[in-house]
Amino acid sequence: MAQLIDRRPNAKNKSTVNRQRFLRRYKKQIKKAISEQISERSITNIDGGESVSIPTRDISEPTFRNDKGGVREGVYPGNKEFAQGDKIKRPLNQGQEKGRRASDSGEGEDEFAFEISKDEYLDMLFDDLELPNLKKNQLRKMTKSKTVRAGFTNDGVPTNINIVRSLRSALSRRVAMGAEPRRVLHELEAELEVLEQEVGGDEAKRLALQEEIEVLRGRIRRIPFIDTFDLRFNNFVQRPEPTSQAVMFCLMDVSGSMDQETKDIAKRFYILLYLFLTRSYRDVDVVYIRHHTQAKEVDEEEFFYSRETGGTIVSSALEMTRDIIAQRYPPTDWNIYAAQASDGDNWNDDSPVCEQILAKQLLPQLRYYAYVEITKRDHQGLWDHYSRLLESNDNFAMQHIRQYEDIYPVFREFFRKQTQ
Amino acid sequence: MSEPISTGAEWTFELIEEYHAEIADIAEEFKLDTYPNQIELITAEQMLDAYASIGMPIGYSHWSFGKHFIRNEQQYRRGHMGLAYEIVINSNPCIAYLMEENTMMMQALVIAHACFGHNSFFKGNYLFQAWTDAEAIIDYLVFAKRYISDCEERYGIDEVENLLDSCHALQNHGVDRYKRPNPVSMREEKERLKEREAYLQSQVNDLWLKTVPQKEAAEEDTTQPNFPQEPQENILYFIEKNAPLLEPWQREVVRIVRKIGQYFYPQRQTQVMNEGWACFWHYHIMNALYDRGRVTEGFILEFLQSHTNVVAQPEFDSQHFSGINPYALGYAMMTDIKRICVDPDEEDRTWFPDIAGSNWQETLDFAMRNFKDESFVSQFLSPRLIREFKLFSILDDEQLTELEVTSIHNDAGYQYIRQALSNQYNLSMNEPNIQVYNVDTRGDRTLTLRHVPHKDIPLAKNREEVLKHLRRLWGFGVKLETLDAEGKVKSTDECAA
Repeated sequence: MAQLIDRRPNAKNKSTVNRQRFLRRYKKQIKKAISEQISERSITNIDGGESVSIPTRDISEPTFRNDKGGVREGVYPGNKEFAQGDKIKRPLNQGQEKGRRASDSGEGEDEFAFEISKDEYLDMLFDDLELPNLKKNQLRKMTKSKTVRAGFTNDGVPTNINIVRSLRSALSRRVAMGAEPRRVLHELEAELEVLEQEVGGDEAKRLALQEEIEVLRGRIRRIPFIDTFDLRFNNFVQRPEPTSQAVMFCLMDVSGSMDQETKDIAKRFYILLYLFLTRSYRDVDVVYIRHHTQAKEVDEEEFFYSRETGGTIVSSALEMTRDIIAQRYPPTDWNIYAAQASDGDNWNDDSPVCEQILAKQLLPQLRYYAYVEITKRDHQGLWDHYSRLLESNDNFAMQHIRQYEDIYPVFREFFRKQTQ
Repeated sequence: MSEPISTGAEWTFELIEEYHAEIADIAEEFKLDTYPNQIELITAEQMLDAYASIGMPIGYSHWSFGKHFIRNEQQYRRGHMGLAYEIVINSNPCIAYLMEENTMMMQALVIAHACFGHNSFFKGNYLFQAWTDAEAIIDYLVFAKRYISDCEERYGIDEVENLLDSCHALQNHGVDRYKRPNPVSMREEKERLKEREAYLQSQVNDLWLKTVPQKEAAEEDTTQPNFPQEPQENILYFIEKNAPLLEPWQREVVRIVRKIGQYFYPQRQTQVMNEGWACFWHYHIMNALYDRGRVTEGFILEFLQSHTNVVAQPEFDSQHFSGINPYALGYAMMTDIKRICVDPDEEDRTWFPDIAGSNWQETLDFAMRNFKDESFVSQFLSPRLIREFKLFSILDDEQLTELEVTSIHNDAGYQYIRQALSNQYNLSMNEPNIQVYNVDTRGDRTLTLRHVPHKDIPLAKNREEVLKHLRRLWGFGVKLETLDAEGKVKSTDECAA
């Protein structure tokens, strides 16, 4: 009789290891392909998986094989008009057929294209990157606590009574307390029985025994079914938990000088940041603040696409960030990240104010503040003032982006793994 | 008349068992001798997994399997590729994988085809008996997987991966074509492992120790014999035994790749026969099921449609043509042998005097046991089949501008076509003939290979890549000499130390 085994439930991805080996081996090529794509790919589907193609010559498995040429004889089916000795022109499609056969063995194609999952994509994308200052801030992060079970105690509130445990200890107490009287009772009962067997036994002794037995029975009966002593309570303790929520402030200048292309670059940058944060935090809130001379909190659509004109006062956005943090995102509960994109324009007298707000009020509350300047022109006042913050604040960073291709390298620069 | 086992398309485990029992009963009547069956039901994804590791249920990990998996998965997802209905493994018990997507009819067909057709072929054919040990293969694969993952832990993934890459490049040249290898089993392997490591190392040292000193002796003895004394066709074996710098564990890995390559060698030599045999029997078994009244007419029609697709041979000018279909040729030849036995005509009596009119079951059994594709074709391909397939042979000489039709399906051509087709299945004519020729034991230890081109067919360009892999294994420079028709060295590829 055959043995019938249902293998469907187990070990589905036996090849996962091999697949990982493949990705591991060609990490360099895949990363290269990904970073080439990132500057071109459309923003909306950045959340999905990715199709990657790498040059086939890198992944070929060479073996000694026969090349075409030489003298070959082959047998084919389906002769129609040929007779022995016929000469035929060498058909052109022969090469084609060879090509197809070669590609089956992994060569001949120029590109080997395949899909990688979203997770694999993000892993490759953010490989070697880490959230800055994560370690140093680890303790500060432990701000939320969670209630967890921690065994049983002897006192507590009635709602936490553990019935099974309580009754179990009540039972053992009853057994223990009743053991001695029950033993004596059995002895007396045996004695009484002997007495009753004897003809004309001692009536007085019999009565005494009976009385004694009654007393003992009463004692046993009076052992309480449950006592406060028996009660057991479920115990709960508070355990500090790292918060897994983060908020990301996106600050953007929408004054007249910011054109759609600049905004697009900024948007890509924000998306990368968002994806990166979602790898470390379960919930990521995003707050969009746009500003010209005044700041306004808006939704995503308006943030990226509405057009405004006018001058620029950056500090308005910083103040608004500060206020929103105070109202909605206490730094004890939230990991706060902020990224500001601007073309560098600012009302000159405002830049020192920005420096002050950042240094004194914002940076102490933030995990990280990243400033990107998207411009092809020279830096202006804001850049200089921000530069001064670099010295004394290690959670502040700034970079300069000129064109699409810079986004990814700059992003990597921001979050490069710090070697300590 | 008995009741059909099932009427619907859905399968259940109970039904599979019932069909298996019925088919086993029929197979016994046909005197098929098989290993016990182990039938495993798997998903399409698991089928892809099995594909990637060449059907082996337990394979060691390597990126190239991942590559194949990714490629297959993609083709399958995009609908470019159908999956095989079954994979069967030459082991005892014989493991067959059935896909869950199959209908009840397909499951029954697969049981007949794989669990009785292929299974009895594995058990009976002389090549499998001589070269593979069905009892031990699963154990050996388990051993190999463990050993290689141990090595990865000890020496690092990269190190092992590079070594495996090099071994894979030469896997086709790690086969003994003529010498019978010893069967392998895990327990034995383990016991002998330590012993072998020590011994191998001492052998290697011996070879090099003898050759290092004695300068004068070398100068006077210019006619000293080649090492190896005779050319060796099994390059991996030569490496395993003689490469000077390999660590013992590296030798063991070379051995594992070699053993697994060796295990698959008979399958590559018997494709036509193996598939033909399995198709022949599934056809007979399914029809017997129908004759016994155990399956419905719908069932048998569904079967016939599937069967016809499998054994169809597109003609050479069809867009579906991709060489001779081994299922078609094998099935046609097996059926033809039966016909020659049962109902021979004059032509058959002339061509096959010894089998015409004999007991067909005995004759087929004899053919299954004692041949491989090459000899099977040259022994049993009948003129009638050549006519049915309208076979013709074409000579393609690079030197000439035109192809020549050397023979067609007529009286003058039968013998010729039969021989040409037989050659087509002769692996040693289709794989480059490369042998270890010499080692410069007194000089820089360069290893020299010799390629003897068959009919001037050159080696593909990537030979340089393969030489690099060989260099990694050998540890010193390697040379590949190509000979011309007179046996003189025509050209040399070199990969220096």
